[in-house]
Amino acid sequence: MAYEIVGKRETRKDAVAKVTGKAKYADDFFERDMLVGKVLRSPHAHAIIKNIDVSKAKALPGVEAVITHKDLPNILYATAGHPWSLDPEHRDVADRLILTDKARLVGDGIAAVVAVDELTAKKALKLIEVEYEVLPFVLDPEKAMLPGAPVIHEEKPDNILGSAKEEIGDCKADFKKADRIFEGVYETSIVQHCHLEIQSAYAYVDTDGRIVIVSSTQIPQIVRRIVGQALGIQWGKIRVIKPYIGGGFGNKQDVIIEPLTAAMTLAVNGRPVRYSLTREECFIDTRTRHAMKFYVRTAVTNEGKMLSLDMKPISNNGAYASHGHTIVMSAGGKFRFLYNYDSMNYEPKTVYTNLPAAGAMRAYGCPQIFFALESHVDDIAREMNIDPVEFRLKNLVSEGKVDPHSGIVVRSFGLPECITKGKQLIKWDEKLKKYKNQKGTKRRGLGMACFSYATGTYPHGFEIGGARIVMNQDGSVQLQIGATEIGQGSDTVLSQIAAEVLGLPLDMVHVISQQDTDISPFDLGAYASRQTFVSGAAVKKAADEVRRKVLEIAAKKIGLSIDQLDIKNARIIEKKLKREICTLEEVAMESYYDPVDAAPITSDVTANVRTNAMAYGVTFVEVEVDMETGRIEVIEIYNVHDSGVIINPQLAEGQVHGGVSMSMGYALSEQMLFDPKTGAPLNNNFLDYKLQTIMDTPDIGADFVEVPDPAGSVGQKSLGENTTISPAPAIRNALLHATGMPVNKLPLTPQKVFENLKESGLL
Amino acid sequence: MFDIVNIEKPDTMEAALRMLSSNPKLKIIAGGTDVLIHMRSGALEEAELLSIRDIPGMNEISILEDGTISIGAMATFAQINRNDIINTHLPVLSEAAVSVGGPQIRNMATIGGNICNGAVSADSAATLFAYNAVLKLVSSSGERLVQIGDFYAGPGKVKLLPGEILTNVLISKDDYMKTGGCYIKYSGRKAMDIAMLAVSTVCRVEGNKLADVRIALGVAAPTPIRCSEAEAYAKDKEITAEALKEISRLAVKASRARDSWRASKAYREHLIEVLTFRALKEAVKRSGGVELE
Amino acid sequence: MKKISLNVNGKPYSIDIDMRESLLEVLRDRLHFTGVKQGCSVGECGACTVLIDGTAIDSCIYLAVWADGKSITTIEGVSKDGKLSKVQQAFVDEGAVQCGFCTPGLVLTTTAIVESGKKLTEEEIKREISGHLCRCTGYNKIFNAVKKVLDEE
Repeated sequence: MAYEIVGKRETRKDAVAKVTGKAKYADDFFERDMLVGKVLRSPHAHAIIKNIDVSKAKALPGVEAVITHKDLPNILYATAGHPWSLDPEHRDVADRLILTDKARLVGDGIAAVVAVDELTAKKALKLIEVEYEVLPFVLDPEKAMLPGAPVIHEEKPDNILGSAKEEIGDCKADFKKADRIFEGVYETSIVQHCHLEIQSAYAYVDTDGRIVIVSSTQIPQIVRRIVGQALGIQWGKIRVIKPYIGGGFGNKQDVIIEPLTAAMTLAVNGRPVRYSLTREECFIDTRTRHAMKFYVRTAVTNEGKMLSLDMKPISNNGAYASHGHTIVMSAGGKFRFLYNYDSMNYEPKTVYTNLPAAGAMRAYGCPQIFFALESHVDDIAREMNIDPVEFRLKNLVSEGKVDPHSGIVVRSFGLPECITKGKQLIKWDEKLKKYKNQKGTKRRGLGMACFSYATGTYPHGFEIGGARIVMNQDGSVQLQIGATEIGQGSDTVLSQIAAEVLGLPLDMVHVISQQDTDISPFDLGAYASRQTFVSGAAVKKAADEVRRKVLEIAAKKIGLSIDQLDIKNARIIEKKLKREICTLEEVAMESYYDPVDAAPITSDVTANVRTNAMAYGVTFVEVEVDMETGRIEVIEIYNVHDSGVIINPQLAEGQVHGGVSMSMGYALSEQMLFDPKTGAPLNNNFLDYKLQTIMDTPDIGADFVEVPDPAGSVGQKSLGENTTISPAPAIRNALLHATGMPVNKLPLTPQKVFENLKESGLL
Repeated sequence: MFDIVNIEKPDTMEAALRMLSSNPKLKIIAGGTDVLIHMRSGALEEAELLSIRDIPGMNEISILEDGTISIGAMATFAQINRNDIINTHLPVLSEAAVSVGGPQIRNMATIGGNICNGAVSADSAATLFAYNAVLKLVSSSGERLVQIGDFYAGPGKVKLLPGEILTNVLISKDDYMKTGGCYIKYSGRKAMDIAMLAVSTVCRVEGNKLADVRIALGVAAPTPIRCSEAEAYAKDKEITAEALKEISRLAVKASRARDSWRASKAYREHLIEVLTFRALKEAVKRSGGVELE
Repeated sequence: MKKISLNVNGKPYSIDIDMRESLLEVLRDRLHFTGVKQGCSVGECGACTVLIDGTAIDSCIYLAVWADGKSITTIEGVSKDGKLSKVQQAFVDEGAVQCGFCTPGLVLTTTAIVESGKKLTEEEIKREISGHLCRCTGYNKIFNAVKKVLDEE
């Protein structure tokens, strides 16, 4: 199907607001008499709080309130940004208090001060006297599972937050009949989202006695629910407003600062209180990406057919559950769609440690699992002397694959074409020849890696999206959606879908960017690369309804049936004769002012999307390795994606660039480090945590293979998170190609490469 | 907000020195890019600051009559990087200046602040060591000149006496004429970073011999250092790859690298050898010597 | 409290400030130029960049008392007569904007580069805007936008 607006490089709806500084973020609103909240954080990785004396802090002039766990309801709650489940078995682990009574990591929130300004609040924090009973702590999940390890949560005496065993087919038999068995251990590190806008919120009590929270969140509806649960108050008593937000990448798919912000305003009789984290606090007391360690075994035939996979991941969850075990489970559900194994054993464990809590981060466990899988696959191909591209092509799934556990069907499969395209872009065959037998200080290497990813969370999670459209007198519309724009461009692509269906130029679709739980349609928020698919289905449904209403009025007017009519460029057209019947404005005016039939045209819908669409892609990369210093330089990198129909190529390219850059940091430089002696963070700031700068980033090639997926309302599949999955393993594989040296632990810092070069005798 | 109880902003050197001698608690603040960050982290509380930005002329860069180059302590790194005198006569310092932080930081941070901060990773330090820079320190009782190598006392510590202000960095003609050099800053990323290791080399070539070689290292010991044994060995050596390799090996001897989470001792020592070789090779080339493979 | 006089976006202000404040705080909290963003507070991300007498600096580590007598440009002062500047237009056209949090600072730094009239190589362009972290774009489209404006000049 040919589209008019879907598929076009339309300018972002919010671009002008953002280049002029007019876009307002949570921190940009001011209220009279606004107070400032600050938190006292534990200096110990693990300690019982025996006593807290806040009297001196309370006495400091300018201090309005000091709160500790004793002042708050003793309710354990869960923070993960998932929809509520009516099934108690399917709920997230409730393991934390708003302010803790036991410190489980360096930086755990112990007490909060509300004061007239930040300096006063900081001074008051120093006056709070805390008596700690310091406990032994553990940072390594494998050590945390040993008998006698410090117990972090009494409810989980073995520190295992979750474990599972999923077996498909007969692994034992397949390993028995295999010609060759390969084993490997692969590890990823703790990294962070590093959205430029740090978590910030402010709250006050309105004249109806309801708590209003303005917050930088991806999930306003879920914030409302969790604040209600944490404080033990009715959910309807809470209103959450989401203005523009400066990036989230999953860290704002978690309810972190809002319950405390609400508690702070309640402590000062509803006066407005702002609670913003510093960057240092953001690193330790928001969320991180789980570090995972994978024990992998694969059974292979001499022809290079993979028969069976045995994978045992250990996921380091840090001190609180957040999304917890769901992440490694979700990744386990997605990676099975890449290769055809006859059997598979997946046995993950998620373990508590005394580190910052890990949670959702772009691609939800898949950057970890595909680092392991795609590194391992390259190792096998290399050992068997088969070109890694050929090896993968031999083992890929095909269209029509059905997953026995989830029932998800692969209905569109553009990966082989993505691989062909990527190979050409990087000149794979030509360079493979060229880089044979390299000598010297600088050596080049080629690498590639593939991935599979889902679109939204169905069937593990439920997926509803809400949209509302109101047509104005001039035929333009307001589009209101519950899905949240967080920088990824959802407002724009959803507007494009509405404009497409309604036959409107894009500038006649006025999208309301701000979400307000009192006003916006119910939607779950920005996560799981769901919006274009799930919220897009809602927008399509809402626009279809408005379109039908428009055509009904027009049809009645001229005595034709609605099937004979179309809307093009805000005009009603008779399809057959391509004749203009009337303008959309005329129809809209009738809908408002016809003395008999007046009924303004609106729609208000929910789409419950009970399907999924598997998306795919591949990275091809060329690196240069400095054999003396161990530094890896990315020379060329291409991501080619099968994400179904691309609604806005310019925005899609932007997603690819950002995701690849994030994964390059994951591969080469980013990691959160902790002092093994104290558990304290070593590099929780932007100087020491090495986010890539523009000078570290090469041109990133972004390309697409567009195979429409029947499940997408306009043929679309996921893209946003997908982009950050395969670059890291591809870079690791390129290092392997350049040096013959497998390095199985991220990040591939120069020092690590140097140490491996030494061990391998290459230096 | 910064924890400041008082700020003095004198507009003459005399006034500044007077304030400094009457209130020993005054902390001098230049570009602010280090001092304010220390204050934010809580390392400096209830600060009384002496801001010297308003004193005119403190950022001048000039050549004195005897050929000495004088760099005002308040010259920013952006200014140094773009200055004609520096680019003509002290190109290695320009190279070091542009490696500092990012452009906004270079627009704010000053060479004097960079020195007085005493950071072992200070980007200007290694190069100033290699150029044998002399610091002019002024107090109400007069002025004194100190070799930069004698100014550093330890990590974050310099021998700035109470009541003193660093006003100029001086580099004499003998130390820069007919030299070529190279600064290599080795860091985790290519911008906005501090050095994991820094090597600055300055050399003078006569024919195919090394007439003078100066090698300075940053982040290789508790203070920036010169590699005297390597330099002594280098004197009058014929320029060959083997000679440069040996000099680089000897450079490691001067270091007192240690293990830290930023880099291991072994890796730092390895880098000293590799990067000194690279910096020397480039310095030789820039001094008009042969281009080695 | 201390009185300072400064010019912001062409308009003179004479205001009482607290000497403990950064320029960032005065611009945001007192004058409500909220286009100046706070991302790290230590001069590492560039979100708080403003121009002081045409030079880009990090306003989070610049004392407000230093701004006395200075001319400051924030993002709110870049478009003239309701029309986007060439730099702003290039950022819009090239798709250089995603979450928008780094955008004001980048537009200002680019504006300073354009106004300096310097000719820059691609490597120099990258170096001149390397004081800004962006987590969304991978910098590719930002670079294209900056290059486009400089090529047009």
